[in-house]
Amino acid sequence: MAQQIINTILPDALLAQTQQLKNDGYRLAAISCTSKDDLELTYSFDKDYDLMSLRLHVTPDDAVESISGIYAFAFLYENEIRELFGAKIINISLDFNDNLYKTTVKTPFGVKKKEANDGE
Amino acid sequence: MGNRTIIPFGPQHPVLPEPIHLDLVLDDETVVEAIPSIGYIHRGLEKLVEKKDYLQYTYVAERICGICSFMHGMGYCMSVESIMGVEIPERAAFLRTMWAELSRLQSHFLWMGLLADAFGFESLFMHAWRVRERILDIFEQTTGGRVIFSVCDIGGVRKDANAQALDKILSVMDTLEAETKELTQVFLNDSSVKHRTCGLGMLSGQDAIALGAVGPMARASGVDLDMRKLGYAAYGKLSFEPVVETAGDCYARTAVRIREIFQSIDLIRQCVRLMPEGDVIVKVKGNPDGEYFTRLEQPRGEVIYYSKANGTKFLDRVRVRTPTFANIPALLETLKGCTLADVPVLILTIDPCISCTER
Repeated sequence: MAQQIINTILPDALLAQTQQLKNDGYRLAAISCTSKDDLELTYSFDKDYDLMSLRLHVTPDDAVESISGIYAFAFLYENEIRELFGAKIINISLDFNDNLYKTTVKTPFGVKKKEANDGE
Repeated sequence: MGNRTIIPFGPQHPVLPEPIHLDLVLDDETVVEAIPSIGYIHRGLEKLVEKKDYLQYTYVAERICGICSFMHGMGYCMSVESIMGVEIPERAAFLRTMWAELSRLQSHFLWMGLLADAFGFESLFMHAWRVRERILDIFEQTTGGRVIFSVCDIGGVRKDANAQALDKILSVMDTLEAETKELTQVFLNDSSVKHRTCGLGMLSGQDAIALGAVGPMARASGVDLDMRKLGYAAYGKLSFEPVVETAGDCYARTAVRIREIFQSIDLIRQCVRLMPEGDVIVKVKGNPDGEYFTRLEQPRGEVIYYSKANGTKFLDRVRVRTPTFANIPALLETLKGCTLADVPVLILTIDPCISCTER
């Protein structure tokens, strides 16, 4: 049975730990975000069908460094998370500037909702 | 240097039924860059988990996509079952595996037809879809549906297949195998087809890994990655090896899918032969509390279902990372250097599902 491990880390440690996983031969499988009291970012990596995840908790105002310098294709996940949840991910290699989602409702969706709630 | 122009490709396109949207930067007729955007069919289905309880969400999950509907429902159910520690009956695991492989078959036949249509081989397109109808008929007979089946539930499956239905499936598999051999002759040996697929959209194994490619896209470049080897459902009891090609071009991606059709036929036969008698569902009590990543091999590649529960009937989060989403960076890379006329064929060889991608 394949393992699933989730390690909670500080945002500052993200790049170093991601680089270490890449050096160890891990493949980036997904980046997920859960919005509750804060934003919970989970970076999932696969090696030999075992899943290793790095987790960090941030607020929408905390800047999180992009890992697209390490895994180039992370740009797609990071742009999406920024637009769906309003996470402040910076230095994305291919930055869509909130234009990945072409919808009539302006992204980022999460931030808009929060502002509306604040105004009530 | 020629004239550089930007051409919007999709979301509406005469060749591609999938509403993919790319901005193609062209130097004369040659693509130098492709920039994706999404949102045309974004429905906020992940967000809907806040409004539908964890049992109701099964119906939402299988509506993420009309082609992989069964496997979406199955992936979601498996993630919740893992959180709750539910062990489904063995017969249900075999039935899920059988329906999953039937889904792979109908998806690959659908894709074969679309590819034939993309390079203008209309009779081949119709032939592939005619064969596909046989699988949809099996779905209708065993589940009652042809697109959305609503047969997967947390704890097992809602419907059983009797001995007569299983015999019928075996009989259809024999017919299907013979018809697929005929189709294979055209797809893999016809000079006009090879002219449109050989050497086009090259992706090396190294690039496939570096760009996060999954499924047939990765396996056609020599990457031996198939989530069925995790042994979920009944796959751990079946004998199979991932189908791998090494050329990394459109022809190799076609060959992988065609070989996977024969593999799926074999897996279905194994399922029917090994399927034990017994119940098909267990009653589930309480609410889930915890989190889990479930990974499945859909027709297009690895899908990841992440569910996070809080002990109430409403989940905190369901996140679906679909194979097409993972394959977009590799697609963008392979498009560079091809001609505009080859773009539809090249896009089709990743078998894009934008409904899955945008959710």
